[in-house]
Amino acid sequence: MTMNAIEINGIAKSYGNVRALEGISLTVREGEIFGLIGPDGAGKTTLFRIMTTLMLPDSGSGSVCGLDIVKDFAGLRRIIGYMPGKFSLYQDLSVKENLDYFATLFGTTVRENYENIREIYSQIEPFANRRAGKLSGGMKQKLALCCALVHRPSVLFLDEPTTGVDAVSRKDFWNMLSRIKASGVTVFVSTPYMDEAAQCDRLALIRDGAVIGTGTPGEIVSRFPFRLLTVNGSRMYPLLKELRKAEGVISCFAFGDSHHVAYDPAVTGKDRILEALADAGFKDCAAAETSPSVEDCFMWLSGRKGN
Amino acid sequence: MKEFAASVVKEFRHIFRDKRTILIAMVMPVVQIILFGFAVSTEVNDARIAFCGDLSDSEVRKTVDRIDRNRYLRIVGRLDKPSDIEEMFRTNKADAAVCFANDYGKDLISSGKAGIRIICDGSDPNTAQMIASYLKGVISSEQSDIGIMISGERKVSMTPVVQLMYNPAMKSSYNFVPGVMGLILMLICSMMTAVSIVREKETGTLELLLVSPVKPLWIIISKMIPYLLLSAVNFASILLLSHFVMEVPVNGSLFLLSAAALVFVVTSLALGLLISVISSSQRTALLICGMGLTMPTMIFSGIIFPCESMPEILQWFSDIIPAKWFIIIVKKVMIQGDGMVSVLKELSILAGMAILLLTVSIKSFRTRLQ
Repeated sequence: MTMNAIEINGIAKSYGNVRALEGISLTVREGEIFGLIGPDGAGKTTLFRIMTTLMLPDSGSGSVCGLDIVKDFAGLRRIIGYMPGKFSLYQDLSVKENLDYFATLFGTTVRENYENIREIYSQIEPFANRRAGKLSGGMKQKLALCCALVHRPSVLFLDEPTTGVDAVSRKDFWNMLSRIKASGVTVFVSTPYMDEAAQCDRLALIRDGAVIGTGTPGEIVSRFPFRLLTVNGSRMYPLLKELRKAEGVISCFAFGDSHHVAYDPAVTGKDRILEALADAGFKDCAAAETSPSVEDCFMWLSGRKGN
Repeated sequence: MKEFAASVVKEFRHIFRDKRTILIAMVMPVVQIILFGFAVSTEVNDARIAFCGDLSDSEVRKTVDRIDRNRYLRIVGRLDKPSDIEEMFRTNKADAAVCFANDYGKDLISSGKAGIRIICDGSDPNTAQMIASYLKGVISSEQSDIGIMISGERKVSMTPVVQLMYNPAMKSSYNFVPGVMGLILMLICSMMTAVSIVREKETGTLELLLVSPVKPLWIIISKMIPYLLLSAVNFASILLLSHFVMEVPVNGSLFLLSAAALVFVVTSLALGLLISVISSSQRTALLICGMGLTMPTMIFSGIIFPCESMPEILQWFSDIIPAKWFIIIVKKVMIQGDGMVSVLKELSILAGMAILLLTVSIKSFRTRLQ
């Protein structure tokens, strides 16, 4: 049986009158990549700060690797690695100086743990003497990751590591994460990008400070109770409004260059929806059945919560 | 301990890699001392005096000669009539004028009463006052000489001889060197410590420092050490400059002076830390330092206004400003050459402030984010 790396129970936090987190409970198993998926302002960073002992929760409890996040904060700070959302290294220190400094802070040296970071560090090592402020976004991110990994943490907390990073670097980054996971580190990562959800072993969808769904990406998608159509047409916005009025349509959202229409198969079907559109004057529409993604589930779950 | 050393090294790198920091820390003290020394001088040198009177009168000639011989005064010309004085002031050809009455010499000898008028340019009251008192001094010594000459013997007269102890030449540098020293040390220690901690808050690196196992106390102390050393360098450079360029002597014990500076620096560092705790951005920290520390220090340190002439309420307020006590100590030790005993009161007040502020600021430095 695998142990739980992170267990949190009913964590709540308010800033004045604003409720940032309302009773979050999660378990993360040892050695998995756990994704916290949610839009900006959902409370992801607050949750990270509470789990990394930087903030106290108003209520609720939690532990990381068996250490209480409030009482054992000193012990916990030795075994976790944290990479904040904003690039938070010293811009006026060189790559090597940053890395050396953080290694020393955690009572180790770069040489001692070189193997642990070799794969990532080797990519930025040619720029070892360059100031961190002069690195490109992707390289900054790699440096930050090295600094968070240099002391062999048991759990790695990454707060929106791919925000503001180009698509290629993002893909690179997720590859790095799976290798970090393979070395035995539990990874707790947040992202506002739904398309990255599939890269995680398990997910928690968070919105307005509450978890609206957890499970593996497969589990979450399989819980989607409706059928899904992608609909294309020439006049997209009137089409969206018309689709929402159609009988048996549960929800309809703009999704890239097409609309995703969730419908109840007991009431309607693809042909009936197209017919209804044609009656309303949308004659040039094309529709295709599709399987739901995590984003579709997120939209459905957050819509349900609102009702 | 290695963590601590690495943090100190890191802090030094921040300082030496930022041109603005270096400018504030190393160049500003020198510039301030030189600026206060030469530009902001309250002394009057070489005042230009015009006169109006009858040059054929030997008494007038004697008095004019006497004025011209004074090392602070210089005769620049004779005016035909008193109404020309205004023109002289307007065109800035003279700083003051002396008018002799008609029959000055005759009146002086016959009745012993002669009219003489001193006219100064009141648009600069401080200078005018100073020149007027120089002129009065010259005239009164002339008067006593004449008295002896006429009666042939010494009449009973009281001539006060003013002697300024510790500063015979009335140099303003004696006043501003202690003031600038207090100002600079306070600025370097409080402002730069506050800004350097708040900067880490702003960039988010403080988050990383806090999640590391290093105790927050060590983080704080490692931030203070470089500024402590910087202020030591500044202290030395101010002393050297004031000694060799301004010719202000160090009459008392250098050791006592340095010890007082150390206590003051610790107070300032603690203040800086306190400011960093309450401010969330570098701008706020700078504003608090400027309005809350630099301004009061300037006003209450006696560089510009003497504390004694302030309303009582402001005098009480000035008591809570650490720089005031430090400046008093510097004046006593450096200028008057006093020993430990005479500055004991000020030194213990300063030490008390240091301990209080340090305790409060370290206690209020949070191990978490707010």
